[in-house]
Amino acid sequence: MSRVCVAALALLLALAANAPAKSPVKLRPGDLAPQFSRSDLQGRPFDLRRGKVVLIDFWASWCAPCILAIPHLSQLQEKYRARGFQVVGLSMADSADTTRETMQKIRFNYPVLLGDAKLGNLYGGVLGLPLQILVGADGKILAIRSGEFPPNALDKEIAAALKKAGPG
Amino acid sequence: MRLAILTHLLAVLLLAPLTASAAPGDALTIPATVQIQPAELAAMLKAGDTPPILQVGFSLMYQQAHIPNSQYAGPGNKDDGLLNLKSHVDALPRDRLVVIYCGCCPWEKCPNIAAAYKQLTAMGFTKLRVLYLATSFGADWVDKGYPVTRGG
Repeated sequence: MSRVCVAALALLLALAANAPAKSPVKLRPGDLAPQFSRSDLQGRPFDLRRGKVVLIDFWASWCAPCILAIPHLSQLQEKYRARGFQVVGLSMADSADTTRETMQKIRFNYPVLLGDAKLGNLYGGVLGLPLQILVGADGKILAIRSGEFPPNALDKEIAAALKKAGPG
Repeated sequence: MRLAILTHLLAVLLLAPLTASAAPGDALTIPATVQIQPAELAAMLKAGDTPPILQVGFSLMYQQAHIPNSQYAGPGNKDDGLLNLKSHVDALPRDRLVVIYCGCCPWEKCPNIAAAYKQLTAMGFTKLRVLYLATSFGADWVDKGYPVTRGG
């Protein structure tokens, strides 16, 4: 009997190992933003939880439009900080060292976390940068932007999200 | 509004060296005759015509999703990435059709594709095709429903 169980278990494990990778779910505005928690590059814990308007900025040091967007994002963070707005940078660079080098050259006033394929897949696959996801205080995705950075449009979207969330 | 424009101009000026160093090649120099559109490549794959396809961008993107049977041969913006590319194609006849793609960023901002194109041209490849991905691999390939292999 135990041999049968072991054989069945081995078969299940073999099937699981050969199963095709599960396709990540493509996220759309209105979907709940997948929650995650990990430490930023300075070792401080970060939790994506409901209750705050959050802009998730997927970026990388090799992405020129992403780099040009960072001062704008810092400006928006400063402008709306008192109202509970939070920018979080998710570096999709291939290493922490590359990200740290960039952080020594540019001023970030928001947490930067190291992303990976797992986190990318959690967000439907980060298959091109820049990618920004604006999340409302209720945890729902308000906007997904890929490609070039539109600072003025983003400012308006953040202001609208904060207004909807009420006094923070 | 004025502050936003000023910030942008300042950012462009201050960050120019940083972005320039991350952009060794210029995709706009790749001739249109060498480019292949996503629909055309997808049709080739559907017809069972599978040339060697190489992803010359970043491994983190490849690990998430890539064109079926494509191999990782990058990143084109690094010397060791170009060596990686060379090792993938060294044994191929120079008149063999080879397709390269990246899609990490908008086409004109890609730091990899032009460097990879130059490398293969310098190696003597005469039937090189470069997949034109205007915005990104996600937007111009995956979201269009073309075939994808998930995971590294």
